[in-house]
Amino acid sequence: MTMNVLTETRLGKFLSKLNFDSSNALQNEAFDALRNMDFPTTRDEYWKYTRLNKIANADLTVSSGILDFARLSEDIKSYIVSDQYIVIENGIYREDLSQFDNNKYDVQISQDLESTSANFADIFQTINTAFVKETIHIDIPKNTIWEKPVQIIYINSGEGIMTNTSLVITADTSTKANIITTFIEGQSGNLSNHYTEVSVSDNANITLDKIQIGNGWYIATENVTQQANSTFKINTVTLSGDIVRNNLNIEVEGENCETYLNGAVITKGQQLVDNHSFVNHLVSNCMSDENYKYVLDDKSTGVFNGRVVVQQDAQKINAYQQNGNILLSDFAKINSKPELEIYADDVKCSHGSTTGQLDEDALFYLQTRGLSKDKARKLLVSAFTGEVFNAIDDENLSALILKVLEEKFDWTTD
Amino acid sequence: MTRTLLNIKDLHAEIEDKKILNGLNLEVKAGEIHAIMGPNGAGKSTLASVLSGKDGYEVTAGQVDFDGIDLMDLDPDERAKEGLFLAFQYPVEIPGVSNINFLRTAINEIREYRKEESVSAKDFMKMVRERSKVVELDAKLASRSVNEGFSGGEKKRNEIFQMAMLEPKLAILDETDSGLDIDALRIVAAGVNKLKNDNNAVVLITHYQRLLDYIIPDFVHVLADGKIVKTGGKELALELEEKGYDWLTK
Repeated sequence: MTMNVLTETRLGKFLSKLNFDSSNALQNEAFDALRNMDFPTTRDEYWKYTRLNKIANADLTVSSGILDFARLSEDIKSYIVSDQYIVIENGIYREDLSQFDNNKYDVQISQDLESTSANFADIFQTINTAFVKETIHIDIPKNTIWEKPVQIIYINSGEGIMTNTSLVITADTSTKANIITTFIEGQSGNLSNHYTEVSVSDNANITLDKIQIGNGWYIATENVTQQANSTFKINTVTLSGDIVRNNLNIEVEGENCETYLNGAVITKGQQLVDNHSFVNHLVSNCMSDENYKYVLDDKSTGVFNGRVVVQQDAQKINAYQQNGNILLSDFAKINSKPELEIYADDVKCSHGSTTGQLDEDALFYLQTRGLSKDKARKLLVSAFTGEVFNAIDDENLSALILKVLEEKFDWTTD
Repeated sequence: MTRTLLNIKDLHAEIEDKKILNGLNLEVKAGEIHAIMGPNGAGKSTLASVLSGKDGYEVTAGQVDFDGIDLMDLDPDERAKEGLFLAFQYPVEIPGVSNINFLRTAINEIREYRKEESVSAKDFMKMVRERSKVVELDAKLASRSVNEGFSGGEKKRNEIFQMAMLEPKLAILDETDSGLDIDALRIVAAGVNKLKNDNNAVVLITHYQRLLDYIIPDFVHVLADGKIVKTGGKELALELEEKGYDWLTK
């Protein structure tokens, strides 16, 4: 089925090049919703510091081609951190390149979208719903512990393409698992629009590590729900990308939950990295702990907007939020906005944001012990981000991050 | 003839156009301990900062020869690599940087500079165990973040521990006695005495005489208005304790 699109809006123009042709009801509903939307501008508070002009004006198409096995397996080799991994190229599952034990790890790929928690008031969630080709379902059955992390490797191999991916993680009661998503390769001028849903049931303990290493424009949304006595931890590490926007939404629906949000952003050049997080405490006796660190060099820009809402019925909440930033150049910029909204009266909340340069006294101190200025700088920078990197439990993944930092940013970590 | 380690000639230095050192001369030979005393604002800490290469100080005249090398030509880390050590009056806290890991990096950088082999993990740990004992520094402190959460005394002991690890030719101890109780002072002084030998030298910058009861200097210099105005033996320190500095600066 084809539809006419209003081309007067920027979004209309953008969509007209993408040949929407799904017959799926949900996707049509999403596409319809787009007719009444447009790309947000910086007048929109939610997008105040992130201009989308470049994306809106780009001539993007949906990729049809894929790379051959040999080429792609070579590309992904050094990024594999678990023996259970799924490769997604341009939004399409590559069975030939993936490897996992389906008896132990329940991973299904579906082409037909049956349901979604995507919010059709949000432009990128709606675009994703309309255009996504495949959804990966990861189901962790009741009372199971997954020994190995399951890794999803996203790669974009085309030029001037938009890729939409969808990942649905469902953790049943009393489960424990670590899911790692790695966006590893892509070129400038490509748009990756990732959508992830995570349902964390009672007594489940789920960690999501999200590593962004590829270039291009990258929009990612995670919609997470947590039930009673569950733990959810997300570590977002952004080491590349021209424009990166992470929208992390966590609804804490059950009591006695723990929620951890860690983020590290290391930038150079003209990159823009924007992390928007939202933790909604709906019920009592929960804690959330958020810690994001940015190290910004050259003319790059960072945006941190961490919103924590404690609803009226949510008593005895401990909510902590911290954002620390180091500017390594006179031209780097950070826009930091911690937001706490508290409607309950018996809570413990703190938030803070610090921005500075490297501590000159510490730098000099290390130099007087024989460390070159360059080495001392790198040591201080890696110490600054250490708290966040230490939150990553998987050793292989930590090693991969350090390798990228050494190769791409010439870091030293001892 | 004994080797001269440090030879400062007619040193003038200023910070933000304010003259602090005005023609300072000092010669330190291997095997010697020198104490530099003087009133507040005389330039004692400036001397330590200039010698260690801190930013912000401009040397406007004079030379500093360090064991045959022009010290002022070198970056702070190169001065350390050549064997100069500064124990800070206010040691810096560096969260997230492990005391021992950074020392190992430092030692290996120094060794590389001197074209020596790097220290093995095993030998390094042995060094840490032995030398933390010199200043009775708890091995646990040695492995924590640099100075983070250390008490004043622990920070000063950590300075001397680092000195023990780095084995400098010349150590400048800037007000190492400040903020130390009597027990800590004894421990720090004993550490310095243990590390002292015929091939190295120590310059103690201090405001008070009490440290010199434990580390006996060969020479005591009085620094006032940016230069050495009097030099004597250890007995000069006692005289200063009694009479103050006024009689020398008028």
